[in-house]
Order: sequence, then C-alpha cells, then structure tokens
Amino acid sequence: MSVWPTLSERIRVGSPVALVTVVDGPGIGGHLLVHPDDDSVVVLGSLGDPDLDRVVARDAIAELEAGRSGVRTYGPRGQTTPEDLIDEPTLTVFVESWAPPPQMWIFGAVDFTAALARVAKILGYRVLVADAREVFATTRRFPMADEVRVSWPGDVFTARGHELGPRDAVCILTHDPKFDIPAVHGALATSVGYIGVMGSRTTHDRRLERLAEVGIDDRADLDRLMSPIGLDLGGRTPEETAISICAEIIATRTGRSARQLRTAEGPIH
Amino acid sequence: MRELLDDLDRWRAAGTRVAIARVVATDGSGPRGPGAAMAVSIDGEVVGSVSGGCVEGAVVGEALAVLNGERDAGMVTFGYSDDEAFAVGLTCGGTIRLFIEEFDW
Repeated sequence: MSVWPTLSERIRVGSPVALVTVVDGPGIGGHLLVHPDDDSVVVLGSLGDPDLDRVVARDAIAELEAGRSGVRTYGPRGQTTPEDLIDEPTLTVFVESWAPPPQMWIFGAVDFTAALARVAKILGYRVLVADAREVFATTRRFPMADEVRVSWPGDVFTARGHELGPRDAVCILTHDPKFDIPAVHGALATSVGYIGVMGSRTTHDRRLERLAEVGIDDRADLDRLMSPIGLDLGGRTPEETAISICAEIIATRTGRSARQLRTAEGPIH
Repeated sequence: MRELLDDLDRWRAAGTRVAIARVVATDGSGPRGPGAAMAVSIDGEVVGSVSGGCVEGAVVGEALAVLNGERDAGMVTFGYSDDEAFAVGLTCGGTIRLFIEEFDW
C-alpha cells in the first residue's frame, strides 16, 4: 500500500511521522510508515515480517520522539542482540523522522520581539508571542508569529508548559519584574532547553534579588538562565540582538563555545 | 523532503518516473545531515540538494541510472574514504552515504 498520501499530508501540516526505508540487505527498498495516534501507534506498509515490523516501528517511534533520523541494523525477524544475529543476514534501515517544529515562546511585545520572531521563523521555530497588555500583543504588530496571546506568563505556562522540551526556547524580553519573575518561574518548571532573559547587568542583578525573594535561588535553576540574554556580538539594533539571541540558542543546544572557528581547532561539525 | 513535496506530488499526478536520493548518514564534515533529499525526474528535472553542491552532479547520474534500469536501488558513498569508487568527493573532507531509489511510495 502507498505510504505517500499519509506521509506528505503529515509533513505538510507538521504532524509527527517517521518513514523507515530498508537501505541495505534483504528487502531493500521496502518502506514502513509510523506515526503516533493518541496513545497508540499507526503502522502502514510492511518490511516483510511481522516481528521485524513490530520492532522497527517501536524503534522508529522512539527516534521520532527524539527528533532524530539515522540508520539501524536488524536481523530478518527484528533481532537486535549480537548473539541473535550470528549467521543471520542483516538488514539496514534508514529511519527518517519529521518531528513537529521546535517552539520559541517570546514574552513581552516589545521592539525586539518582532525581529526575534522573524529570525526564529527562519530557523524553523513555531513562534508564540505573549504579553498581558492588549494594545501591544496584536497579530498586526507580529504578523510573523504563529500565535499571539494576550496573557500573563503564568497562565501560558500553566496551560501549555508541558509542551516544552529540550529543543524549545523561552525568551523573556519584558525587562519588567511584574512579567519577568512569573515568566522565569514558569519556564524553570518546564524542561525547556533554553531560557533567556533580557536586561542590562543592573537589571539582571535586581532580577536575581527579586527571584530570591520569591524563593528562586537554587544554583541549578539560576544556571539555566541565560541572563543577560545573548552572545556578546556588540550589536545594538533589534535585528542584531535577535541574531545574538538565536546564536546563543544554537550554541546552547550544541554545547559549543561560540568562539570564532579560526581561533579553535578540531572538526567543525 | 518538505521542500520537495509539491514537485513530487506534481510528478506523481502526471505519472512521471522519479528517483529520490536521501542522505542517510554522514561522517566528519558534511554540509547536510540525514534526510537531506533531492529528486530527479526521468526527464532530467532536478529539485532539492544533498550537499553544498559537491556531489549533486554525480547523484543525478546515479538517479538516472536507477530509472533506466542500469543499476538497482542502493547506497552510494561520496567522500575521502571512498576508494575511488566515485571520482567525486566532498571538498570539506567528510563522507556522506546516500540511498537512491525510485520514488514509488
């Protein structure tokens, strides 16, 4: 059966889906399509053996959840342990994952927000802009955002905080303690991979005092805060600042130093 | 793949035969990771890319060979460690492995 209608539709609308292709060994060119459906897993197609299909589908869902694509090796009935593979022909599959785009939540509908939302869109993020002030949080001011909410930070995190994971980013640009403190508090309660908070060093110091007042003084929590937000590029405009923030997000995800490559050694990728 | 959807749909609707090449693994430096894809129609129309332009020309040749029955679907490796099986490499010194097949999904 054809996997294309389901595959292309799910890629288009951004729903998670993984395509498994046998790229070497018995059954080369075979395809299996796997996607989550509520609490169950939908499997389309077959690689030629029901046990193999079951094992590969299970692994493909795990790869999909991690947003990873790559090759894996199996025996003809899905065997994976080395002793089960002795004297068996092995087949290599390529699991290609299409995971939903990572999210960036930007708190504060300020000048920097539009530029950051634009750069985030270029990088493939689904962008949410939130601000409690109705006159500022409008789709007319942020047409590039996927969603604009008139909302206090705490409400957004209570309702949707569980959606955030290591690939996602929270950028708090309000530099007003009224909004900053609940936003930081909400972000720290999630497993979001990046939390950046804008402000001068003075603002940062005052913010630390206020965070301590509400009980946020755990070293591990404070270490998660990129505050002041961004890399030291020396830029001033909203667009330059957006690049500095996004560059820091990338470096945080990859664990790299963000130094100039020419001053470093070793492989680039 | 996302950027190929419209072209693949168009070819599929028209009954045009197409080969698709996808990066399945990279080793060392490589500009595009697993999943980077290009498609080549039997008429020689090309969309997408699998590297920074280093190997696309050779991939078109392999893709057309699959469509013309001159070779089977399979893996193709480009890069340094490739013992001159292909006279095309990546200028960055990395290795990429592609899977090329007819698009009959």
